[in-house]
Amino acid sequence: MSEDIKGKNKGSLTRRKFLAGLTAGAAALALPAGNADAYMVEEYFRQHFKRLSKDDLKDILKKMEDELSFKYGKKITVKATPPMDDVVFGYALDLSRCIGCRRCIYACVKENNLSRNPQIHWIKVLEFEKENKKWQSLEHSNRYYNPETVPEEGRYYVPVQCQQCKNPPCVKVCPVRATWKEPDGIIVVDYNWCIGCRFCMAACPYGARNFNWGRPSVPKEEINPNMHYLGNRPQYKGTVGKCTFCIQRSRAGRYTACVEICPVGARKFGNLLDPKSEIRYILEHLKVFRLKESLNTNPKFFYFFSLGRPVKR
Amino acid sequence: MLIDAINGIIRTITRGSRAYKLWVGVLLVLAAIGISFVVKQASEGLIVTNMRNQVSWGWYIANFTFLVGVAAAAVVLVIPYYVYKYKPIGNIVLIGEIMAVAAVSMCLMFILLDMGSPERFWHLIPGLGIFNFPQSILTWDVVVLNLYLFLNLFLVVYALAKIYAGKSYKTGFIWPFIVFSIPAAISIHTVTAFLYAGLPSRPFWNAAILAPRFIASAFSSGPALMLIIFQIIRKRTKLEITDESLFKVGELITWAMAFNLFFLIAELYKEIYSATDHIASLDYLYYGLQGHDRLVPWIWTAVIFNSIAFLILLIPTLRKSFIPLNVACVLIFIGVYIEKGIGLVFPGFIPGTLGEIYEYFPNSLELWISVGVWSIGFLIFTLFAKVAIAIKTGEIGHANPAEEH
Ligand code: SF4
Ligand code: SF4
Repeated sequence: MSEDIKGKNKGSLTRRKFLAGLTAGAAALALPAGNADAYMVEEYFRQHFKRLSKDDLKDILKKMEDELSFKYGKKITVKATPPMDDVVFGYALDLSRCIGCRRCIYACVKENNLSRNPQIHWIKVLEFEKENKKWQSLEHSNRYYNPETVPEEGRYYVPVQCQQCKNPPCVKVCPVRATWKEPDGIIVVDYNWCIGCRFCMAACPYGARNFNWGRPSVPKEEINPNMHYLGNRPQYKGTVGKCTFCIQRSRAGRYTACVEICPVGARKFGNLLDPKSEIRYILEHLKVFRLKESLNTNPKFFYFFSLGRPVKR
Repeated sequence: MLIDAINGIIRTITRGSRAYKLWVGVLLVLAAIGISFVVKQASEGLIVTNMRNQVSWGWYIANFTFLVGVAAAAVVLVIPYYVYKYKPIGNIVLIGEIMAVAAVSMCLMFILLDMGSPERFWHLIPGLGIFNFPQSILTWDVVVLNLYLFLNLFLVVYALAKIYAGKSYKTGFIWPFIVFSIPAAISIHTVTAFLYAGLPSRPFWNAAILAPRFIASAFSSGPALMLIIFQIIRKRTKLEITDESLFKVGELITWAMAFNLFFLIAELYKEIYSATDHIASLDYLYYGLQGHDRLVPWIWTAVIFNSIAFLILLIPTLRKSFIPLNVACVLIFIGVYIEKGIGLVFPGFIPGTLGEIYEYFPNSLELWISVGVWSIGFLIFTLFAKVAIAIKTGEIGHANPAEEH
């Protein structure tokens, strides 16, 4: 799939010039055009991320930084760091450790500049009852548990986020290829390309994709200024977003925000292609499973139990 | 000639009985109300609807799905008329095609309304944007719907232009298009069913029976609507439509409904007897799940309406007298509207992929917007049909009414 987009790159040169001309023309028409107007026009005619040339991308990132820095009143950097060679990211979550504290959810919101109002969460933590006859039945899970303290006796917790499927149904169904799998295995969305049809949300078996039903809003004081074009930059009304394994961090060799915040160390992250990585150790030495294996989505997100019983705090 | 024609058309749509003017006036008002809500939705986003991440498609897509069926049903009339030369149905084929045009237009409006960023539609245009064909089945739907729209427009306009000029049009030239319109009609509804059927994430939709059921229900509800409209047209205009042709349509509806109910039983049997986890959505729809039962009264209404209508149609004497026939048509129209709209789209998302039960039901904004779209659809149909009938009956143009087209 990536090949044929690249293949069209040559042809898109003239088209891009044509569009650039249109943009300039439209901008000239909108007299007196401030910078912000010109940016909006450029944004409207902007091509798909994979069709942008290096120069165009540099230009766009620069303009975007200016716009966002102005809007949020602080220096903001937007990068488009490419994938590293010989890296495919994988994730493993230790269900015997997770205490259901939801710190990962809020660390993710903060790191990824997710809308606070309306609230958007890329991670969901499901609570299950041990007594339940149907352990695996998701219908018997509860996302809105709210006791005084966690973990509660007789309960266990299963955090779910994008499973970064090797065979992602969301990518297959998108009519405009606004979402795709990067070489390092991360499924990304071009927020400027998504038309908001929500077919991918119907197709995703893990409830991982989140639509911006309203205009997303992040308070100025809380904005995370280190952004990635395909990751945590502010999103738009009427488009879809999802967990990107904190692409802005992971591609810079850092852990994701959820891995870092987890107080019990339930979250493991690393390079599946590196035989010495922690994630490979887990896959090789512990019994792991994945959600809804029968659907053949082939997730790179694994669950495992490191202990016989959950840790007590 | 062209100026004449345009004048004639304008005269036809601006003049009419009081009932006609009232009807058009009401439609215009309803459309305006709908549009005012569209403005609100465009500025605030789809958050003004009741849709959420758990149920990410709702009333708009439900209407879309139902209307694709109505559009596809035009072919029910084309098959006997052109292929079997069943002449009595001739006068109503044109009207059926006009109905298809109106229905597809409404489909496209509902799709645009459901899009989060409709202003980015150019991303879909091959060449300018990226058209993920053939991978995304949604792009197939875009192709077949547009094709079907233009095909029907072409067939209607071609026929009308010929009749207007007083020429008898030979089917020779348009024959391939007519033949093509049959698989095209089947394909729009099949591809629409495939949108759902191809999603293993939603077991309720992930069934092979979905496409055949779509066709069966469409071929009963579409002609049911037509039967009623034909009777109104025949009362209010000079267009002649024979009883015989109407009863023929009634017969078609009977068969289609028989298949629809049979497929329903096949579907229910498979789910209930195997009783796996996948039954959850069906449970939610027909009995309620963990105390959530918002759709239960609706779906039973649909089942009962469809069954009663089928029983009425099954008895030839009832089917051939207008009062019971009309009762059956109204029941089927409502029954299938519920079944294909509410009963298909919503429970696909309930419970959600993570087991959450979010009881979606459209709010008043969604309902008003849909009323607006339906009004525009009826408006398209009314005006188009009025012009067509005026041409056909020789009120404008040079038609030779004696000739059977
Ligand atoms: S979990 Fe959902 S969003 Fe993530 S890759 Fe798989 S299908 Fe796509
Ligand atoms: S909502 Fe956006 S990302 Fe999802 S399928 Fe539609 S265009 Fe693609």
